[in-house]
Amino acid sequence: MTIIIELYIQFFIIGATAFGGGYAILPLINQFVVGNKGWLTLQEMTDLVSISNMTPGPIAINSATFVGMKMAGLPGAIAATLGVVSPSFILMGILAYFLFTANKKLKFLDKMLITLRPTVVGLIAIASLDMTINSIFVNDLGPSPVPFNIVPAITFVIGLVFYFKKYNMIKLIIVGGILGVLLTAFFQGAFI
Amino acid sequence: MEDKKREKVSLLRLFWIFFKINAITFGGGYTIVAALRDEFIIRQKLIDEQEMMDLTALAQSGPGAMAINTSVLTGYKLRGLLGAVVCLFSSILPCMIIIVAIYYVYDEFRTNFYVNAALAGMSGMIAAILVVTTYDMAKNVLQKTPVFSGIIMVTAFVASYFLNINTGLIIFAFGFLGLVLFSIIKEEDYK
Repeated sequence: MTIIIELYIQFFIIGATAFGGGYAILPLINQFVVGNKGWLTLQEMTDLVSISNMTPGPIAINSATFVGMKMAGLPGAIAATLGVVSPSFILMGILAYFLFTANKKLKFLDKMLITLRPTVVGLIAIASLDMTINSIFVNDLGPSPVPFNIVPAITFVIGLVFYFKKYNMIKLIIVGGILGVLLTAFFQGAFI
Repeated sequence: MEDKKREKVSLLRLFWIFFKINAITFGGGYTIVAALRDEFIIRQKLIDEQEMMDLTALAQSGPGAMAINTSVLTGYKLRGLLGAVVCLFSSILPCMIIIVAIYYVYDEFRTNFYVNAALAGMSGMIAAILVVTTYDMAKNVLQKTPVFSGIIMVTAFVASYFLNINTGLIIFAFGFLGLVLFSIIKEEDYK
């Protein structure tokens, strides 16, 4: 039982201190989970990063579920995951209460948002750039007649054309997965 | 942020939307923003572009996973506290189910042909979706104040991409800048 509580508390602390989103949580996992607690080995942490890259969802949730699973099975996974999202829920809940329920005109927030809107766009541009470079140029996924990953390159172009025309995003992602299997099979047949 | 009167979305529908989005959005926090824009702005017209950007900025300013913060804020905005709870659970559930399942079959999963091929196809598609989303958002921000917003956008980009400054710190700095700047000058004057 103590391990369940410990998992909740440890991941609560991680969730409350990981500013910056995404990979910002990794140094904290490394420090607390690998270093202090010894709940994960470095090899398992590396695996965790690859799993997170291969699955949907925030890396924070993925890590919490994974570590919880390893330490105490399903109850551990639930405790750690609830721990890592609790600070988010409390803080955002309070913020939302003032904004949407109390309908307080938070003057200072409006002033901050004028500069924060373009900031967010600048940051999301980085996410797009990283994702594009990673998918098309970094992971070498198999035989290719060109010096880049041909399958993601093709789905990238299809995605640009069709999402620009406002086709349903989720359907496009599913189509991307199906095309990935078909095209990879085709190119492997053609170039091996 | 003003809350305009709009049609109410049911809690069940909210659950399904967030479950669906979180089951399929690979590639970290900002993919969620693209997915929420797609669902709530383009398809359902429940939130407008600027409100979405505000929710994203606020979500980014808190600790923890930005996707979760955005879900909680969006849920609260659409259906109050109950909406926030529903969105929280429907967001974490798909990730948990998938990780628990993979935990048992990790080695087979990592080397499976179909998994890797599907992921390759999906990664290109998601990259394209993010690029289009960025383009749309940039167009919206630059519409009213091209020079002012443009400078901030580029500075934030350079600070994070080339100088590797922590995103939380960048958000804090620009939020503070806005607060100071618009306490001195009137909002109408900076255009």
